[in-house]
Amino acid sequence: MVNHGDNKTRSILNILIGGEAGQGLVTVGQILAKSLVRSGYSIVVTQSYQSRIRGGHNTFAIRVGVDEVIAPQEAVDLLVALDAETVKLHKEEMSSVGLIIADEAFDGTDKATLNIPTRRLASDQYANTAALGAVAAVLGLDGQLVARTVEDYFGKAHPEIAEENRRVLEESFRLAAGQAGIFEKLLPTVAHPPQRLMMNGNEAIALGAITAGVKFYSFYPMTPATSIGLTLAAWAKDMGLVVEQAEDEIAAINMSLGASFAGAPSMVGTSGGGFALMGEGVSLAAMTETPVVIVVAQRPAPATGLPTRTEQADLEFVLHAGHGEFPRAILSPGTVEGCFYLTRKAFELAEKFQGPIFIMTDEFLADSYRAVRPFEVEALSPIQPWSLEKPSVSIPYCRYAITDTGISTRILPGLTEHLIVADSDEHTEDGHLTEDLLVRKRMVEKRLKKAEAIRAEVIPPQARGEEKPDLLLLCWGSSEGAVVEASSMMSSRGIRTATLHFSQVWPLVSEHFMGRLQEAKEVVCVEGNATGQLARLIRRETGFHIRNRVLRYDGLPITPDFILRELNQER
Amino acid sequence: MFSTEEFGQYETAWCPGCGNFSILQAVKRALVACRLRPHQILFVSGIGQAAKAPHYLNANVFNGLHGRSLPVATGAKLANPDLTVIVESGDGCIYGEGGNHFLAAIRRNIDITMLVHDNQVYGLTKGQASPTSDEGFTTKAQPEGAASAPFNPIAVAVAMQAGFVARGFAAMTDHLSGLIQQAIAYRGFGFIDVLQPCVSFNRVNTWDWYKERCKPLPQEYDAMDWQTAMQVAREWGDKIPVGIIYRNGRPSLGERIGRGPLVVQDVDRRTMRKIMEGYG
Repeated sequence: MVNHGDNKTRSILNILIGGEAGQGLVTVGQILAKSLVRSGYSIVVTQSYQSRIRGGHNTFAIRVGVDEVIAPQEAVDLLVALDAETVKLHKEEMSSVGLIIADEAFDGTDKATLNIPTRRLASDQYANTAALGAVAAVLGLDGQLVARTVEDYFGKAHPEIAEENRRVLEESFRLAAGQAGIFEKLLPTVAHPPQRLMMNGNEAIALGAITAGVKFYSFYPMTPATSIGLTLAAWAKDMGLVVEQAEDEIAAINMSLGASFAGAPSMVGTSGGGFALMGEGVSLAAMTETPVVIVVAQRPAPATGLPTRTEQADLEFVLHAGHGEFPRAILSPGTVEGCFYLTRKAFELAEKFQGPIFIMTDEFLADSYRAVRPFEVEALSPIQPWSLEKPSVSIPYCRYAITDTGISTRILPGLTEHLIVADSDEHTEDGHLTEDLLVRKRMVEKRLKKAEAIRAEVIPPQARGEEKPDLLLLCWGSSEGAVVEASSMMSSRGIRTATLHFSQVWPLVSEHFMGRLQEAKEVVCVEGNATGQLARLIRRETGFHIRNRVLRYDGLPITPDFILRELNQER
Repeated sequence: MFSTEEFGQYETAWCPGCGNFSILQAVKRALVACRLRPHQILFVSGIGQAAKAPHYLNANVFNGLHGRSLPVATGAKLANPDLTVIVESGDGCIYGEGGNHFLAAIRRNIDITMLVHDNQVYGLTKGQASPTSDEGFTTKAQPEGAASAPFNPIAVAVAMQAGFVARGFAAMTDHLSGLIQQAIAYRGFGFIDVLQPCVSFNRVNTWDWYKERCKPLPQEYDAMDWQTAMQVAREWGDKIPVGIIYRNGRPSLGERIGRGPLVVQDVDRRTMRKIMEGYG
């Protein structure tokens, strides 16, 4: 950490923008986040919104750092209130830095406040821009850079709106900057900003899919997965891929299987309830041995649950979805970069093993913007479902030819004179339905055989910290950053800690992690659910019982503060 | 080069006297008449006795889940517009389990042909009422008679201004084959409801019952006239009209998307770089 010798300037700062839905909160949040990334800072965004289009109380939190930030923070250093409610709801969460930026009409706080004369600056429509100008000045951002970022958002589509935004931004920036002395620049300047991209988990999944060569995506809108489809749709024309909004999730997965059968690398994205409808399709993918990537962006359940909040309670569901026995792989990225690279990996696995491959995220990661290193597009090759050598396969072609690995050569319909027959019924090697029970037995074994090869490609969990720790924290998916930060906080207090993050939760290969579990004095599993699903899965697979768990199931993301609180309670 | 022999001859799991045999014949003849080779065709079916039909001829086949043939066919057609995609399944599969997909396929006007073997009963599960069973039709599952009004797929399709709506009858094989040819040639969702008896489980709607009632539409019938088509679509009684009941020139979803098989198209790195830059 950089020591700036100034109690106001901070190397890490948590900014919370609050307001009603419909006030342009997310727009301001995105522009501010992008301005920060362009200025060279690292960010972790946490979005909290209600399942409604107008009103209510929503927040867009940006934790920003000169060095890398990896997790959300609870205490608010800078509160940007777009409505009076925000001040009321969040003033108790303020840290000692505690500064509020609010319209001069909002009162009722004894905290340090920078008032913005919104009404004198602009009409209500531009209140968010006025707030943005003030925040940018207080943070010490380059006004020109922020203005350019605003222009990038509004520039081309609505020139008159862009012009008004620019004016309001400038005036508000000048007014706030004029109060320097009262409010120092809160962030130290990054002298040479590195080149970074800003994206959230869903966008990273979409981009990872594009570089992997996705050609077909079908979906039914469902929070928090929807923006994967929206991102792909935005580039569909340019990239020559088809994005189809299906009539329901059952249609979505069946369409993707049809497209994949016809050769297009295919993906579907949904959340728990929609995935429940896809269950039979998962089984169909396995039986017909059709590659498909399935993204499950989790949210709190059962049933409709909390549609816009976060949770990690569908691990067992995804693991067991689909009737019958068949192999699968479940990837669970912990970061936005992880979303990108593991989506590519999912396409490779789906193509290679010809079946359903899962990516599990959650609302927190799906919506969490981060600054990421640019991806080396040239080095990222797309998968090749089609090669010119394949037509040398003899005719009649056997789609389900029995092989040592269980994997049969896949060729695609319509491109050669081979006839490809796929069947949801038990089938012979040439794909036709059969009730020959000897064939049945061989086909079950053929499909399950693929599990061995999938196992050989499992990503081992990432270990950090002490090799023989007093305390080992286990986690999977989006809580990686929070767990790693909590661990290093404890370690700085002299506790010998380590972490183990699973970015693949199925299959589990015990040799990858049993040593770590056994070396630790105490193991705690940190999960975003109420019952400890990963802990239970580890016990089932290895016999190792993790009794201590830190579990969060109130709809909010796991934070370092939460983990520390829970651990202190236990001790 | 083009002959029905190329499509093969297979042993089936159908009951002797089943309407499916003549539908299969009509399909093969239509494929030959359309000058299609087996590898150019993809049959997609669901579950049921009708859904087994694609196993009994030479072509590409995806025999999927009950009710879900249409979405699979839609995905395959969008992924490879060069394929001639034909959906073949029964009334329970398409109108019952897959009803929502039927409505969506009409709205999309995806360029596929759909043959619904409609025998007004569930055969494979041994004789329960289907969506098209007449009210009062008694079965072991509906001992007091089917309480629901029958679904009229033709009227629904015409009401939704589907691009191509026809009814055929299994016993009128040449006529049916002609309908299938036209549905395949139509660049959109070509829908044919094919009446057929179930000789095992439907003792009411028999060969004779249909033969007495099924009458081709007159030569001068104008299938482009929607108002008249709506009336004809509702005729079901002593006379059941067969033929192309309604058609129009709506562009298909495939036409709107256009281009060849997605799989053989390169992934454009330059565009990919441009996309990435947009996040900077």
